Amino acid sequence: MTTDSIPVQTADAPPGTVQKKARKSTAPGGRSRQLFRHPGAGRQHHAGPVAYILLGIAALFSLFPLYWTMVAASTDNTRVTQTPPPFLPGPHLLENLGKAWQDAALGKAMLNSLIVAGVIALSTVLFATLAGFAFAKLRFKGRNILLMLVIGTMLVPPQLGVVPLFMMMTELGWGQQLPAVIFPTLVSAVGVFFMRQYLSEALPDELVEAGRVDGAHSLRIFWSIVLPIARPPMAVLFMITFVHAWNDFFWPFIVLDMSNPTVPVALTQLSAGYIRDQSLIMAGALLGTLPLLAMFIVFGRQIVGGIMQGAVKG
Amino acid sequence: MEDHGQAHREGRRLTSGPLAHLRSSPASHARPQVGRRAPALPVTLQEGRLPVAISTSTPPDGAPDAAPPAGSGSGAERQRRSTLLHRLDVRGAPYAFIAPFFVVFAAFSFYPLVYTSWISLHRVELSTLNLMEWVGFDNYTALWDDDRFWNALLNTFTIGVLSTVPQLLMALGLAHLLNYQLRGSTFFRVAALTPYATSVGAAALVFTMLFERDFGMINWMLSLVGIDNIDFENNKWAAQTAISTIVIWRWTGYNALLYLAAMQAIPRDRYEAAAIDGASRWQQFLKVTIPGIRSTIVFTIVLSTIGATQLFGEPLIFGQGPNGITGGADNQYQTLGLLLYEEGWKNYQMGRAATVAWAMFLLLIVLFVVQRVVKRVLARRA
Repeated sequence: MTTDSIPVQTADAPPGTVQKKARKSTAPGGRSRQLFRHPGAGRQHHAGPVAYILLGIAALFSLFPLYWTMVAASTDNTRVTQTPPPFLPGPHLLENLGKAWQDAALGKAMLNSLIVAGVIALSTVLFATLAGFAFAKLRFKGRNILLMLVIGTMLVPPQLGVVPLFMMMTELGWGQQLPAVIFPTLVSAVGVFFMRQYLSEALPDELVEAGRVDGAHSLRIFWSIVLPIARPPMAVLFMITFVHAWNDFFWPFIVLDMSNPTVPVALTQLSAGYIRDQSLIMAGALLGTLPLLAMFIVFGRQIVGGIMQGAVKG
Repeated sequence: MEDHGQAHREGRRLTSGPLAHLRSSPASHARPQVGRRAPALPVTLQEGRLPVAISTSTPPDGAPDAAPPAGSGSGAERQRRSTLLHRLDVRGAPYAFIAPFFVVFAAFSFYPLVYTSWISLHRVELSTLNLMEWVGFDNYTALWDDDRFWNALLNTFTIGVLSTVPQLLMALGLAHLLNYQLRGSTFFRVAALTPYATSVGAAALVFTMLFERDFGMINWMLSLVGIDNIDFENNKWAAQTAISTIVIWRWTGYNALLYLAAMQAIPRDRYEAAAIDGASRWQQFLKVTIPGIRSTIVFTIVLSTIGATQLFGEPLIFGQGPNGITGGADNQYQTLGLLLYEEGWKNYQMGRAATVAWAMFLLLIVLFVVQRVVKRVLARRA
């Protein structure tokens, strides 16, 4: 894997170009770069056994609770409540998943979460790319102040407005409805900033100018020049926003009820004491996590890259 | 992903349009290749379009409204109108593009935040939301005299410290390890981030079971080293530690990746200079790495502080049912977030809930002021 050499590759990359450089990097380049390694220069060191052991412990700490969820979900209540607790999967996984699916009404919750997270992720990507493009490449009065304002809004936790928000949604007739969850998070400051940082580096000014010269209006430039270039970060932003929207808890818990929940809201029912079967509870928890886990298994590398990319720039 | 497909289709249609030449590089590759931009302009010129415009595209600052698009020359009137439209587009489009963000923020964040303070001066009940009775600062004095408020404030603070400090320290260590040249670095990174993909609901359920008093795995492991079963639900500090563990588990890897990204952006020659000066690896870590990622550290401190003041889902689910909202039978782990919910949606007192929200906001402001002052003092000392 070429990714093994990323730390070396990006060693002298200016902030913000980490991913781009890393992706272009190929093994031969990495090797030649290694020749110039200064002995004793901190982070180019190969990891020793101690580092691997510590990392292994960290990985275990990260993954074990999920593994154990699967184990507990595949046994039955009597086995799971024995000591020592089970460490190996039992035979009841599918059976428990099926029961939990019904008891916690997870079918509807899954569909709701899919709609909520999908719509929020799509609209965030679209609006954040539009705004990010404007902040990165268009000139207008008050641009810097407005950008500062966008960043400043990150410091205001939306949870603080839940009381009026709840009253507002009740007035609009959206109580217990999905739009109540979707509308407040249609676009995020983090997303705008993320796209802005990417586009200000990846989109050459000349390209925008060339579009202008050819008489393309701004929306056309956005559509034909910006969108194709912005596809990779858009995909990353989509996934990160999807994860956040899927896992969002406080506001959906307040405004939705058990007749029309998202997955995290439905999961609270499992803990509320209606179900006494511990392995069923774990089966429910596993079901609620599976879609995102699947996404992580397939796109984990891209998501990791996206978070790191946003970080350097932030 | 739908819009990607559309963009692609649009791009294909453009093959014969005025922007056809632009397709050659960016649209056909998902990845931006900056190196290709050079050919793009010459192509424009070769096609003989708008030689006038060459000069306008040269100023480095590229003032956009300096370049009126020449029409096909079929009338001054038409040209004037298109110039006008162009001006309007150049001036107005940026604002239109950023408008959605500000509209959403104003409607669903800023307005509610301001309106919260107005509601907090009223008596409003959940069942009759449109009946607002002015009570002045009664809600505030009631909150001030309420032991549960001080209890929740203290719990929010202690759980915040218990979860944030180990979390960020461990993230720092993990990032340092991930920054080595590693085999399977992708695996370790994705593994570190996996808890971040687990929802509060699922994570809290699993940990509630791991921390179970009678059959939980943690107590079983403790019993192996001769420690008696701990009642993680009813013992105040044990409960707060357990809740903090959920937070730590979910966010350590995420913060580690932020640190890792910042570490990789540190110029290598700084390490080389330090190594030449005879700095040990530990000294390099202290003198080069930590200062190099200082802004990221501040960023994560700010983020986790905000997260800590808003803590809600973990204690709610940890309490399993009705006990969750009150934060345990004796409110031993009730946070401000839970108190807000209890006042508003269990006791039906929305005015009181708004007061708690406002108190949470004040707490955040105080914390940021304190952080600023500490930073100043530290900077002055250094």
